[in-house]
Amino acid sequence: MTAQSRAGSSSEWSPARPATDPGQVHELADGSGPLVTLKRRRSYAWVGLTPFFLYIAAFFILPTGTVLFSAFRKTDADTGVTSFTGSNVSSALQGVYFTGIKNSLTLALITGVVGALVGLVLAWAIVSSTGNVLTRFVSTAAAVLANFGGVPLAFLFIATVGNSGLVTKALADHFHINLNSDLHFDLYGITGLELVYLYFQIPLMVLVITPALEGLKPQWQEAAANLGATRWQYWRHVGAPILAPNVLGAALLLFCSGFSAYATADALTSGAFPLIPLQIHAVISGNVLAGMENLGDALALIMVVIVVPLMVIYQLLQRRTTRWLR
Amino acid sequence: MVALTPTAGAGGLAATQAGGPATSSRRRRRTGIGRGLVLLICGIYFIGPLVGAFWFSIQDKVHGGVQFSAYAHVFSAVGFSDAFMLSLKLGIGTVLISLLLMVPTMLLLHLRAPKFRPVVETLCLMPLVIPPVVLVAGVGVVLAWGPNQLAGTPLQTFLNAIQSGKTPWVLILEYVVLTLPFTYRSLDAGIRSVDIHTLTEAGLNLGAGWGTVTMRILLPSLRTSVLNAAFLSFALVFGEYTVASILQYQPFAVFIVAAGQTEGQLSTSLSLLSLLITWLLLLLISLLGGRNSTKVDI
Repeated sequence: MTAQSRAGSSSEWSPARPATDPGQVHELADGSGPLVTLKRRRSYAWVGLTPFFLYIAAFFILPTGTVLFSAFRKTDADTGVTSFTGSNVSSALQGVYFTGIKNSLTLALITGVVGALVGLVLAWAIVSSTGNVLTRFVSTAAAVLANFGGVPLAFLFIATVGNSGLVTKALADHFHINLNSDLHFDLYGITGLELVYLYFQIPLMVLVITPALEGLKPQWQEAAANLGATRWQYWRHVGAPILAPNVLGAALLLFCSGFSAYATADALTSGAFPLIPLQIHAVISGNVLAGMENLGDALALIMVVIVVPLMVIYQLLQRRTTRWLR
Repeated sequence: MVALTPTAGAGGLAATQAGGPATSSRRRRRTGIGRGLVLLICGIYFIGPLVGAFWFSIQDKVHGGVQFSAYAHVFSAVGFSDAFMLSLKLGIGTVLISLLLMVPTMLLLHLRAPKFRPVVETLCLMPLVIPPVVLVAGVGVVLAWGPNQLAGTPLQTFLNAIQSGKTPWVLILEYVVLTLPFTYRSLDAGIRSVDIHTLTEAGLNLGAGWGTVTMRILLPSLRTSVLNAAFLSFALVFGEYTVASILQYQPFAVFIVAAGQTEGQLSTSLSLLSLLITWLLLLLISLLGGRNSTKVDI
């Protein structure tokens, strides 16, 4: 129903009222009784929303805000006076913490880009080939790995290519190849983390990009073909420009998910590998010099500063593409 | 000029290719091979570790051959039942509180206060943006206020109560936050798919009060999406590791890691079981969603 037709029918009932504001009660033309509509008059409905806002304020905004606030606070060890300072943030950008940030960024970048490319191709292969049952099978499996993987993923890989893993042993026993020294593969180092992270990054890309691929209407390709376009020209001038913002947005999402991931890395490396989320844990559980208590908050602030702008761009890109792909 | 095919399928597409039947069939075969290759390589990458882990978990390291003791002895493992029960409790608690909080909020939002929708949506999706480790760092700071800045106040008693005791309420309260994006999306999709405005107006016009409308119209028509939200939240809580391990509790996921220090086979088998159970749960949701294709359509 269009806006015009709705306004038209409404003004038949009550020509005196503005058509866009139907009011609370209409008298029917034959006077048979009032017709209740959901009212637009001054509403106190927001009162009903206060539990929600209070909950969010207490259990989400307060803790998060506190972290960002105490990132700039420091208690002087001698005088006991707490004051504003930038020193937490500057120590969080040095030494082992700088290494952590660098490692996290590298890991997120590599698994984000590779995950996005492989995921895109895989999603295309799935969308263009399967029937209903297989699609459901694959999409739920992808959802499990992307959203609920965490700890189990680490153990799948430890059992397969870890120090006493199945493949590691088979290679050593039958081929005399040491995964670590001969093939330079270390599951508990950055290559291992990349391999394991892709195990949830690729499914995440499949989940995010599949609706976009399904939204490419076959009619567009038919129209292009009828106008004499080759398949390459179709993808170059129609498919790719429509998908590009979506793929870019998905890659940003993957970057953030790789950057923020904690469980897999912690389970895999027992918290030993220098990644920023693992370092935050180490700092807030007290493994830190006196006077550096708020270092963890500074590290958290750095994470937020990196992740939030990217996620905002992701949202904007998503909004832009929904215009074409429905 | 070739006519457009009304049915959108691969066959219809190929027939309209300008290049003629010979080229298009060759092209199709080539895409078929490419597709097969992609599926094969990804299949190996994704199924390999699963098969490897399963094989690892049933290996008999002492005598050689195969044995299923890692699965048979899951329930008798030290600490397992405590961790499992804790996760169950956390899951149920989280589901109940988040539904209690969000179902009225979402209904109100759509029926009476639509102008708050952007605000609520943004707030609900924020936990996806803020890394959980940042949230839990903040929770740690706030909890530490109890014995310091807030000493002697009722708030200290409150902060104490949610940390100690049989149920770690602090986890449930934070898990409700972590599951908000899922709850919001499920309920939002459910509410959009039925025309609740018309249904509510119809109910009110037939003389029902708001109570009757809620109980007999709104909630039944949202059954599927409420179930969706519940299952998703439960699955998320069941596998949650970050918050629980940093706050030093030991539910299921933390137990898997702790067991991994000494008993690799046990953690591997538990990991496989946990993935399998989550997957079955999601499959169930997807089936529920598919069956509900006969919606109230006005």
